[in-house]
Amino acid sequence: MKDKVNNFKTYLFWFANDHVDFRLSEIESIIDILKTCIKWVEKPSKKPYSIVDLPSDTIAREIAHRSVTLKHISELWVSSAEKEDLHSKLKEYSDKVLKNLINLRKASFKFNIEVFCNTQNYSEKIKKIESFNYLPFEGPVKLDNPDITLQYFEYYGVDPNNIPKKPYYLFFGKLIANSQRKIIHNLSLKKRTFIGNTSMDAELSLVMANHAKVCKGDVIYDPFVGSGSLLIAAAYFGGYVFGIDIDYQMIHGKTKPTRKQNRHIARKDENVLANMKQYGLEDQYIDILVGDSSLPLWRSDFKLDAIITDPPYGIREATERIGSNHIHKNNSQNENKETKFPSKVIYTFHQILYDLLYFSALHLKLGGRLVTWIPIYIHYNEHNYLPEHACFSLISNCEQILSRVVSRRLLTFEKIKEPSNEELKLCKIYNNNFREKYFNYKYNANISSSGEYQNSDSFPIEKNNL
Amino acid sequence: MKLVTHNMLTSKCLKGVNTGYPLKLVVKEIRVQSSDFNKEFISKMIPRLDWAVFVVAAKQIGHAGNLPDQLLPDYENNEELLKDVHHALFEVDIYEGELICPETNRKFQISEGIPNMLVKENEL
Repeated sequence: MKDKVNNFKTYLFWFANDHVDFRLSEIESIIDILKTCIKWVEKPSKKPYSIVDLPSDTIAREIAHRSVTLKHISELWVSSAEKEDLHSKLKEYSDKVLKNLINLRKASFKFNIEVFCNTQNYSEKIKKIESFNYLPFEGPVKLDNPDITLQYFEYYGVDPNNIPKKPYYLFFGKLIANSQRKIIHNLSLKKRTFIGNTSMDAELSLVMANHAKVCKGDVIYDPFVGSGSLLIAAAYFGGYVFGIDIDYQMIHGKTKPTRKQNRHIARKDENVLANMKQYGLEDQYIDILVGDSSLPLWRSDFKLDAIITDPPYGIREATERIGSNHIHKNNSQNENKETKFPSKVIYTFHQILYDLLYFSALHLKLGGRLVTWIPIYIHYNEHNYLPEHACFSLISNCEQILSRVVSRRLLTFEKIKEPSNEELKLCKIYNNNFREKYFNYKYNANISSSGEYQNSDSFPIEKNNL
Repeated sequence: MKLVTHNMLTSKCLKGVNTGYPLKLVVKEIRVQSSDFNKEFISKMIPRLDWAVFVVAAKQIGHAGNLPDQLLPDYENNEELLKDVHHALFEVDIYEGELICPETNRKFQISEGIPNMLVKENEL
């Protein structure tokens, strides 16, 4: 009975020092995609590492292959808070295990040292490497693509203003796999053909695709597609993508050109498809449409595997939908003209969220995920103000700090039931008046410094007729 | 615009339109671009399609191949059929044309392969 558990080996996950809050939910989503099970020994936190029991090296490689918050995964041989203790444990491990692994001992190898929250110079590094000279490796040293990479980790805490003399913790192990962080570079916005002024950066787009559990052959939809950054990441993981946006000029690549130095030349061939072609993902491009995603445009039985979106917050991108505050006369002269710029009205953020949840409840497959952002004003305790829907459970809620006063949260919902007509509308959205607060920061700062914040400001809104 | 999108789109957002499906197609320019055939994906897409609407549209644009009017029950194992479906659904792009609401005859332009589903505020 116990053997099954004993087959698990212990691994060290070493994370990139970026988007700390997204680590746990990204890894857990990947575990879901791989349909495997793991045992956390130490869950991801602010520390740059976490410790996990995994069933095999293959699983470790597959996790690393999907993750972008990870840097690498190592098989953890020994760990300790004291240097001498680490060495004595490693000697013991070497005598018991490594001595018997002839192939490993003959293999070419290199040493890699990770130091977190401290620095090391070259001679210190050499000294550290020499201190492991009792290890039984006889193979040649090979810095480029060696058979095995030995990893030594020193963790000095997370406070760069208060670095201890001795590291808090030390680890030693063997590298299993590097993560996919190189694709962040490959998909970088800096080199992308077409971007808009709120294009999502490559890393967060990939993190979102992982949260949405995008798998090969899934159909992925973005109702606020813009320059299509989120779809590129989704297509990278094998999704077939399509999207819609209300901005005719944007979709047809007729707004200001992407590159500053070319601003005087009109845009040419700048659109979402051109981006997909740039990365060789055009086979996974279904279509992009111009239209208002608050309107019912799709067959109601049309099912999607995931919805990934970054709706406009009304700060750098306008929140608009088709409508008018005036009563119109029917003007028949314009009837034959194509509608490119209908009159638009403000589409408040809580209405956007309501419509998004309604749409997702209708069109997502059971178990499908909705991944979206909401902007948050940091002064307010917003935990009670996340959207709720009868057909969705909130899987994760990760924060990205944007400035001293605002942050945004990545919300991941999973559809847990098919809605009845009533349930479709059973949605609680809290109007946090983000836009108003943002543009009245001074006023709000006064409120928070006096310590008085009135809850009535964030009243729940339930819309019952759509 | 590809036929897979045509198969899902409706004009029911228009005032007084109930189903708005299927949209009539007017084709002015077609571009054909071969793409990777993914058997699992196509098998997964077929049950999501309105088969009859798909076949009529594929025939209209002249890329129906040997698509049967009625979907065969063991389509997952019929690679020829899956390839025909793949071609008609994903390789043929209606680059210039129109979509027309079956109930009101309201036209939606397709230009540069992108359908424009915007409507005026007084049409809602």
